[in-house]
Amino acid sequence: MPFFEAVILALSSIRAQKLKSFFSLVGVLIGVTFLIAVVSIVQGMNVYMTDKFADAMGGINTFQLQSRPGMTFGNVTEAMWKEWQRRPRITIEDAAYVEARVTTPARFSRESGTSAGVGYHGKMATGIDVFTVDAEFFRIKNWNIADGRAFSPQEVTAGASVVVLGGELADRLFDGAEPVGKTVTIGGLPHRVIGVVEKQGTLFGISLDKFAVTPITSPARLLTNRPHVIDDLQVQAIDPATMPAAVEEVTTLMRVRRGLKPNETANFNIATAQDALDQWGKISRILFLALPGLVGISLVVGGIVIMNIMLMSVVERTREIGIRKALGARGRDIMAQFVVESATLSFTGAAIGIATGLLLAFAVRALTPLPAAVAPWSIGLAVGLGILVGVVAGVYPARQASRLDPIAALGHE
Amino acid sequence: MTDVIIKLEGITRDYMMGAEQVRALRGVDLEIRRNEYVAIMGPSGSGKSTIMNMLGCLDTPSAGRYWLNGHEVSRMKDDDLARIRNREIGFVFQTFNLLPRASALANVELPLVYAGISGRDRRRRAETALHRVGLGERMHHKPNELSGGQRQRVAIARALVNEPSILLADEPTGNLDSTTSEEIMRVFGALHAQGQTVVLVTHEPEIATHAHRVVVLRDGRVDSDRATPPRATGVAA
Ligand SMILES: Nc1ncnc2c1ncn2[C@@H]1O[C@H](COP(=O)(O)OP(=O)(O)O)[C@@H](O)[C@H]1O
Ligand SMILES: [Mg+2]
Repeated sequence: MPFFEAVILALSSIRAQKLKSFFSLVGVLIGVTFLIAVVSIVQGMNVYMTDKFADAMGGINTFQLQSRPGMTFGNVTEAMWKEWQRRPRITIEDAAYVEARVTTPARFSRESGTSAGVGYHGKMATGIDVFTVDAEFFRIKNWNIADGRAFSPQEVTAGASVVVLGGELADRLFDGAEPVGKTVTIGGLPHRVIGVVEKQGTLFGISLDKFAVTPITSPARLLTNRPHVIDDLQVQAIDPATMPAAVEEVTTLMRVRRGLKPNETANFNIATAQDALDQWGKISRILFLALPGLVGISLVVGGIVIMNIMLMSVVERTREIGIRKALGARGRDIMAQFVVESATLSFTGAAIGIATGLLLAFAVRALTPLPAAVAPWSIGLAVGLGILVGVVAGVYPARQASRLDPIAALGHE
Repeated sequence: MTDVIIKLEGITRDYMMGAEQVRALRGVDLEIRRNEYVAIMGPSGSGKSTIMNMLGCLDTPSAGRYWLNGHEVSRMKDDDLARIRNREIGFVFQTFNLLPRASALANVELPLVYAGISGRDRRRRAETALHRVGLGERMHHKPNELSGGQRQRVAIARALVNEPSILLADEPTGNLDSTTSEEIMRVFGALHAQGQTVVLVTHEPEIATHAHRVVVLRDGRVDSDRATPPRATGVAA
């Protein structure tokens, strides 16, 4: 019997026993749903981490020279934590020292930040990230100015009381009115708005546009650190290829400046977007390691269910098999009929599983900060696994069917 | 080319019933020629169905030889037997043996599916076969929407559709009332008149009078084998 007809026949057998067919493919359905949903979310995270997250950190060619890690994944021991607390902070002098000696073409910006209330005309936005930085900061972050302008190196030198607002903060305080030229207070200190940064959107559901940026010499600087102390020095290698060289240079310069011996561990930290990406890479690898086990179990269970349903089906349809054999079906025709039926059943389960998996992934995306993106290979894999499970589960029942004696089968009630 | 379609020589068939051996056929010799119309009779348990299954290549003998159209069937393997059943044999059963979920047309198409004949040709041939048995109208009905007589006509159409060398029927009217039985026997008569070789099993002498030769089995042996006088309405061979 031609393959196409075998599939049509299989579909009609499956339709004839809808409920039983549905139960038999639940296992495969669950396995595939799981596969698709997890892969879609991990894939979404991958895209997110490499595009948005790295961007938010100033791109993969940017790093921070800081006293201690600001963001950590994984285990931090008590001892590590104490050691971090004892480290000397990064100073303006450290920054000047490094900046003067690095030979790799790079952009630099000192950064010292805090969280403060920003007010305008009785309105107050609390918990706003206030960055006090150098003029190059905007280039490093690759921020576009939507309205007005960024501040200049001269304004930094002069310690001007100016501020550039994040898009959402501007919306909140000004409600559509023109912010540029108005004076806002940052932690009570007045600063004149000279620009608004184009909106960035969200990262893991957190707005990236609720911030205020002032020169590192502005009055807002008083809210951040002791004089001379900064949070970090941002360094951006102009050519991404020279990023490792720049990291190397800065590390060496700092070790020399702090008089560290070659065997001493550094008492400062270099943070790159790559660190975070590596952390994520670890997490996603764990997910991908656990995934085959979970999907495999569901598929094996699904396969066993299908095999049992097919065995029952062979018994129930003994007479049909007898009729087909009496009319000239060979053993292999009967075998093919049941294998195709089993594979079609399992494939149907996989197809529904792909749909529910995608639905689940996108529901997660809609309802939580987690992203989701479809990985085409996972759909291909799901289809392949679906058919494979069906074929494997169908072989034994199909063989039983193909070996039935026609006369005995015809006498079966 | 010989006129002999079927030749049986010393056919035996033993069944094991637990430790006990049942000798269903004890050495049957039989020859059937082209366009014969043979009735096989005999008491219940005399081996009629066993011999029909043998002739239909559904079963193989314990001993003896069977030639169909000059080919020795008794030596063939399963796949070859399947091909013979598909191409050379049309089998009609007492219980119709139609696929319940398939339409009359689809049932009749089934042997052609296994013969590897594709869509349109298959359908055309199945329709022709249904017309031959007087069932042109109800081709798209399922078996449960048809009367017993109509179901048996579908089964006969299915047996005919591959233009077999021989049409076998094991008590084809066994499940039908006498009027319907007469109708079905007229169908066999007409097919025989068109040149079809027919072998049918019956235990009703009335039915057997349609045939031109009656073979009586008793205890797994041929008890008698003789020509019957042609009926007034019958068509001579
Ligand atoms: N599958 C079988 N197993 C055991 N004995 C069988 C089987 N089929 C038929 N027989 C026996 O073989 C004999 C002939 O049976 P059968 O050909 O069906 O007779 P008929 O059709 O003439 O009534 C009977 O005694 C029957 O019980
Ligand atoms: Mg019988």
